[in-house]
Amino acid sequence: MVAQKKGATARVSEDPEELARHPLQAILLADSFTTKFRPITLERPKVLLPLANIPMIDYTLAWLESAGVEEVFVFCCAHSKQVIDYLESSDWSSQPNFLVTTIESHNSISAGDALRLIYERHVIHGDFVLISGDTVSNMSLTQALQEHKERRKKDANAIMTMVVKQSKPSPITQQSRLGTDELFMAINPDTKQLLCYEDKAEYSKGFISLDKTLIADNPSTVLHNDKQDCYIDICSEEVLSLFTDNFDYQHLRRHFVKGLLVDDIMGYKIFTHEIHSSYAARIDNFRSYDTISKDIIQRWTYPFVPDVLCGNSAIRVERRGTYRASEITLSRSAQIGPFIVIGQGTEIGNDTKISHSVIGEGCTIGSNVTIEGSYIWNNVTIEDGCELRHAIVCDGVTMKSGAVLEPGVVLSFKVVVGQQFVVPAYSMVSLLQQPTQQDSDEELEYADSSSGNVELPSAKLNGDITSDLSETRHGPTSELGTGGVGYIWSIFEGGHDEEWRHSVAPIPTDKLAKIMLDKDEDEELLTQDGNVLSPSGELKSDSDANDSEDGDNEGSRDDYVSFEKEVEATFLRAVHENVKVDHVILEVNALRLSYNMASVDCAGAIFYSMMKLAVESPHSSSSELHRNAADVITTWQNLLKSFLHDIDEEIEVILKFEEICLESAKEFSPLFAQILHLLYDKDILEEDAILRWADEKEGADESDKVFVQRAEKFLQWLREAEEEED
Amino acid sequence: MPDTQALVNDFLNQLKKRKIEGSQATAKQTAELLRSVISQTRVPYTNQAGALIDSVKAVGERLIAANPVELAVGNIVRRVLHIIREEDVSLTTAAMAGLNLSAVSDDEDDADRDDRPVLSAAAVAAASRSTLRPPSLQTLLEDVPDSAAVPHTSSSGGDSEGKSKSADKSSRSRKLKHDVIEAVNELIQDINTCHEQIAEQAVEHIHQNEVILTLGSSRTVLEFLCAAKEKKRSFRVFVAEGAPRYQGHLLAKELVARGLQTTLITDSAVFAMISRVNMVIVGAHAVMANGGVIAPVGLNMVALAAQKHAVPFVVLAGSHKLCPLYPHNPEVLLNELRSPSELLDFGEFSDCMDFGSGNGAPLLHVVNPTFDYVPPKLVSLFITDTGGHNPSYMYRLIADYYSADDLVVQRRPTSGN
Repeated sequence: MVAQKKGATARVSEDPEELARHPLQAILLADSFTTKFRPITLERPKVLLPLANIPMIDYTLAWLESAGVEEVFVFCCAHSKQVIDYLESSDWSSQPNFLVTTIESHNSISAGDALRLIYERHVIHGDFVLISGDTVSNMSLTQALQEHKERRKKDANAIMTMVVKQSKPSPITQQSRLGTDELFMAINPDTKQLLCYEDKAEYSKGFISLDKTLIADNPSTVLHNDKQDCYIDICSEEVLSLFTDNFDYQHLRRHFVKGLLVDDIMGYKIFTHEIHSSYAARIDNFRSYDTISKDIIQRWTYPFVPDVLCGNSAIRVERRGTYRASEITLSRSAQIGPFIVIGQGTEIGNDTKISHSVIGEGCTIGSNVTIEGSYIWNNVTIEDGCELRHAIVCDGVTMKSGAVLEPGVVLSFKVVVGQQFVVPAYSMVSLLQQPTQQDSDEELEYADSSSGNVELPSAKLNGDITSDLSETRHGPTSELGTGGVGYIWSIFEGGHDEEWRHSVAPIPTDKLAKIMLDKDEDEELLTQDGNVLSPSGELKSDSDANDSEDGDNEGSRDDYVSFEKEVEATFLRAVHENVKVDHVILEVNALRLSYNMASVDCAGAIFYSMMKLAVESPHSSSSELHRNAADVITTWQNLLKSFLHDIDEEIEVILKFEEICLESAKEFSPLFAQILHLLYDKDILEEDAILRWADEKEGADESDKVFVQRAEKFLQWLREAEEEED
Repeated sequence: MPDTQALVNDFLNQLKKRKIEGSQATAKQTAELLRSVISQTRVPYTNQAGALIDSVKAVGERLIAANPVELAVGNIVRRVLHIIREEDVSLTTAAMAGLNLSAVSDDEDDADRDDRPVLSAAAVAAASRSTLRPPSLQTLLEDVPDSAAVPHTSSSGGDSEGKSKSADKSSRSRKLKHDVIEAVNELIQDINTCHEQIAEQAVEHIHQNEVILTLGSSRTVLEFLCAAKEKKRSFRVFVAEGAPRYQGHLLAKELVARGLQTTLITDSAVFAMISRVNMVIVGAHAVMANGGVIAPVGLNMVALAAQKHAVPFVVLAGSHKLCPLYPHNPEVLLNELRSPSELLDFGEFSDCMDFGSGNGAPLLHVVNPTFDYVPPKLVSLFITDTGGHNPSYMYRLIADYYSADDLVVQRRPTSGN
């Protein structure tokens, strides 16, 4: 009797009119475009990985169906054949009111590419739900859809509604329970508009930057770090065309959402919809795989729980969250602990202890085995006396007697672990060799998709693979003990100290203690600086953190400030270490190029540094200060002159001097005329420049003319001299 | 029968997704679905009843499996099977009567009546049910000795058919189907009207100035109370809110809208209030064969409180809620664990369920069972659409409604069309 997942849908929704106009469509991305589930995803697409013994995509499709979606486009990329085969063989292809269509692509490497391809097909008409095939939810879409539609009616620019859920990040690791980085969102509490989305917030720095205009435009803004992005989006058609227009959008969040938020020309807006009682989460990494599995077992995702999804009463829930299939062989002395799922046809031997785990179908587990917090997929053989703690064991793996998996181990398909062998913590073991670094680019989950077979990386891996093993590798057998088959992958990218973050294993206590310690120190530091992020989202414009690309005034001004500092530092070094003038010129020019400044700015900056040097060297009276300034100017006149190519730059120097007198070093203001004279004497400034400056100031405000008046005598003299020459 | 197949799948899916709520709705839809299954089934010349039973069983098995917790589905499937068997027997006997006996004396009738108690329970059930239907009454009375063969209907039906003329056959096959569909229609009618029929009895049970306690919300209870109100009884109702779904709030609202004096209390206040209560009236999810009740969570506590203070505990249940099964391991097998989000807000407690720290095992578990099991000794009275009954009488009612052959709805592996 194959009665599972039959289904029809489309329970009459609350407002049939709304839905009658456009059947609700959904795009399901059956590819995560990441490598986080490697090595498993080299052989099987992520969406087909079992979650409590049911493929992830079934949860997503079941939810879409129950939420009233009538047409789903499943976008397959990596291992597309496997996904298509699965969907065809399952009941999803034969649903009466729920149409599942697959779209296959071999060269899409990101969600952006996928959406561009779908746009070209012209299959989406009206609003659609955008979701990836690894999302588990039981939320009702009705309200969110309605809100979205109402907003659309009022404002055609409200093109997207993002579903968020409250979930506190761990205060210690700054990491959500799903193992993703802490996420900051700024939301307008009245309109629910999303104003800022920052998922890569550097918690080490302890601040995020918000655009001033945001705060100016929105009377109230709430900055959240306790919201979890569910990766369920209700989008309008425009979203697809936006992806096509901006061909560099790849990642849904990093590029698209942030792009829209920053772009104020088009004025597109993103809104959020918060769900309270229902559940939604996306499996992003091994930790979220663990967390969501446990949530499912604890029935937060009801009715999408194993006993209901399987149907046919094939799985029964018993006390203490034990899910048992109907035909399993269980030894009487086996201790089946709380919160476990055991699949059909599995045999469990004497005195075996299992707790907080999922065991797949057709597994054979021997005697005296300890399994704790592990995920064991189908047809796995575990011989007597093995120990597994917080590990993932894929289909067809054999663990010979006495083998031990330490926390965080992932055994990919058909690996054999030798007798008594201890697989070190956080190892990834696969029959396939680790691909060479260059193609493990972050954005690719790529294997040869057309054949469903896996592209075998041809490059041999040397040495580094075994860096954490004492023995050197001669062949696949020796790596996993006697009779073992498989390669232990070296830990990539994240490096050793970060691997616990995304692993299935709980965070070790020593790590927690260490982070806690670091954090306390950080906090002290921060409080000293007075830079702690205030809950309201304090606006900061630190000079050293300005890489923002929005080339508005704010940004370039900051750039100038930091440039000036650099120049000053260079100059001071030159003074103290007697560097040759030529070298200083070279260095300042290099700085000018790297900061993309004009030579006008260089002149200003150098003059500023010189004056600062003068004012900082000890002096008691203004005459002494004058002498200091004269000294500095005499010593470094060549340097300054080399940046004064034409009259504009000279005027800039005068303006800069004015600024110095007004702001940073008021001591100079009485000496303004004298120093101006000095500069003239030294041939640094031409008389044309000074006169032009005076002329320009003619029309200015009274307050601006202070220095012109101060220099009036000198100017008079200059003018007279000129006339005489004539 | 492609369209019934689609209907069946549709219904299966709804059952599986838990989209149909309430036993009455489920029962009604099941009966309607089975009616269309029967009308679509092609009946062979021989063993018509067998064919019908097989096709109903085939569908029924899947329906029951789709949502094992909703017992009303199984009840209705069994009722329909029982109807088919009965109709077949009555037709057979009618045919036999037409062939062999031209006239039967009244004396024989009486003698037959006396014989009845020694007959099998199924025969009694058949007889008692047919008393409700005048057309079949006569035929049955005419030929009671044959009804001893009731359990073997299919074979006897086949035999007798062999004797009858072929012209008769076609008309008979049409007649069997027709009769069965008629009877199923009656069943649907019964399900539709069960609330009214139960409510009719309200005045007999609720007296002037009494205080009635109920928990959660049940449509049957609402109708029952309102019926008493309409008959000018004045009484007060205490409503326990029925955590975690708080359907008691809705009930209180409805009651107030209909002009009843209502007091809303928390579930935990039930024991404090019970001493002022004259009668507890509650609905049920299912009534088991031993008289035990599967009821919304919290009712066992109410029943115990009622027992302590010797307050009558009355359960209202339409006959579609009568289940011929016994509750083995009722806490688990006949229960449904719903989402913990009904109890607490996930966001607020998400830090208690952070699996990343500690030993990876969450320290907080939230369990949200839907049902309680109230043992028969705590129930004072059942009020069904056929009247009030003692818990110990339930097995008799069940024998009336179901035939023993159908208790396990599972086709024998060899059978099949």
